[in-house]
Amino acid sequence: MSVETRPLRELASVIRSKNAKPYRLTLDVLFERRHIFEYVRDTGALSEKAVAAAYGIAPEQITSSFVFDAGMGFKFTLRRPRVQGSLGDSDIYGAQQHAPLLDIAIPWGADAPPPESRAEGRAPTQPA
Amino acid sequence: MTSTTAEIRLIAPTGTLGYGFSVDDFTRVLDEHRPHVIAVDAGSTDPGPYYLGAGESFTERIENRKELEILIGAALALGIPLIVGTAGGCGARAHVNWTREIVEELAREHAWSFRLAVIQSELSTQVVQEKLAAGAIVPFDTGEELTADAVAASARIVAQMGLEPIAEALRQGSNVILAGRSCDDAIFAALPVLQGFDRGLALHLGKILECGALAAEPISMDVMLGTLRADHFELAPGSLQRACTVTSVSAHSLYEREDPFTQSGPGGALDLTRTRVEQIDERRVRVRGTRYTEHDRYFVKLEGARRIGERAISIAGVRCPTMIARIDAVLGEARRRTERYFEDVGVHETDYRLEFHAYGRDAVMKELEPNRLGAAHELGLVIEAVADTAELAKTVCHHVAGALLHLDYPGQFNNAGNLAFLYSPSEIVVGDVYEFSVYHLMEVDDPLEPVQIELVDVGCAYAGDRRQDRVLSAR
Repeated sequence: MSVETRPLRELASVIRSKNAKPYRLTLDVLFERRHIFEYVRDTGALSEKAVAAAYGIAPEQITSSFVFDAGMGFKFTLRRPRVQGSLGDSDIYGAQQHAPLLDIAIPWGADAPPPESRAEGRAPTQPA
Repeated sequence: MTSTTAEIRLIAPTGTLGYGFSVDDFTRVLDEHRPHVIAVDAGSTDPGPYYLGAGESFTERIENRKELEILIGAALALGIPLIVGTAGGCGARAHVNWTREIVEELAREHAWSFRLAVIQSELSTQVVQEKLAAGAIVPFDTGEELTADAVAASARIVAQMGLEPIAEALRQGSNVILAGRSCDDAIFAALPVLQGFDRGLALHLGKILECGALAAEPISMDVMLGTLRADHFELAPGSLQRACTVTSVSAHSLYEREDPFTQSGPGGALDLTRTRVEQIDERRVRVRGTRYTEHDRYFVKLEGARRIGERAISIAGVRCPTMIARIDAVLGEARRRTERYFEDVGVHETDYRLEFHAYGRDAVMKELEPNRLGAAHELGLVIEAVADTAELAKTVCHHVAGALLHLDYPGQFNNAGNLAFLYSPSEIVVGDVYEFSVYHLMEVDDPLEPVQIELVDVGCAYAGDRRQDRVLSAR
């Protein structure tokens, strides 16, 4: 079956959020297989614009982004809408802000590598 | 100074003192590799501003005592220093002294004798205000200038020290060093830099070791060994069940930080753009190429927290689909009725703050939640009131919960009560609430300027059957 896009959750092995100090929230997308990482990277679809759209925020709220070849990862950092631990903040570690990334659509053309989607139900290892 | 030894071995027992580690692996690595220093990070801002403001540790006494007993015992047996960074969780005076009491209690019980260095890095309001007036404090991630009012309102302000105060304590022959708020990498880099090893590699190694085995696979707060040589370092996890791989170590440089390539600290920045990670064998990697750029000026980060009041909460569920469908309107109306009620008795809406957390809708992500239309069949509500006194917080929380319970709205079927309260009493006073009040950089003339180092020879002399500690110096 040919598909035109694949959600990030079928391609990446780690999709996570965490505080980068109290005023920032950082989002990491890591891959296990280099050919998939490079394909996703080269589509340009995992961009600041795509992340801003997924979270419904202005692109200016993203303070930086990096593609990290050595670690096979992408990193996006946002200004936290509420400072860690300030009144109304409800995620002290910023650890549950990743979900909108899961469904970012990556174009998956005829030249795409086999996606080898991750096994269902596999729990990613979780740092404390 | 040039290096007098070919290599220096550093062991991190865990990523956070109090979170545990494998004692078997720790002991085996000590026996096999005879490290030159044990260092462990005890703190972080991760658990939030409360702990800094309140002066409390986020780990428990029994955990710290158990782990310090193992670590000090090992350090004294091997004749190597133990360095604890950000003692007590936040590194303010209250936290450092809390850890110090545990260490002194252990020393008495074991009849240990050693030189203890206590490095305080809490700053008085006066010192920070003088620095502010002198123009030596600049914004950091907040982008906002610090104000004298924010300084005055802070319960505690700490300066995050670089490696120099720790190196000074080592130079003075300390066996156990309890450092206040410290850069995580500094506690590892201090000894290598003192001995003339490359600062960039030492700090990079420190940044990895401070997380314990988080840079290994599978990740864990556990034992990690670093071996630093002239132009590279090696990493090996303590557990034989774990491995450091090129990917695990590379990916770790993304963890909990914004920029994986440039990492600034007091007095300089690490440049990881030319860093290369190579696999040595199944469990070890070699890292080279990290560079250090020294800055002309030396800044330390300040962290401060201020009390904003006391908190009371009420937890309740909503199962009625008609109420869930109009939850925003219902919550808004309950807020308005509460504000009107208290206004009548002279309590203004500026005297308290009210928050609703609607679990099942957007409590977790708030402004960042893209899926606001998801139709949950039940909501968990946490109603929160914060006011200067516990009494007012509880009163406001009670009133708004009551207003919500009996609020009428269009289309209501159930007029017997809108909330399923989890508990009786339905309001719980939670305690003090703190927010970050200072998160800025302060320029210093000397890396030792923001700290005081006290050296004590613990258990060095006996007077009758009373052990006495000798204070050597306090600067």
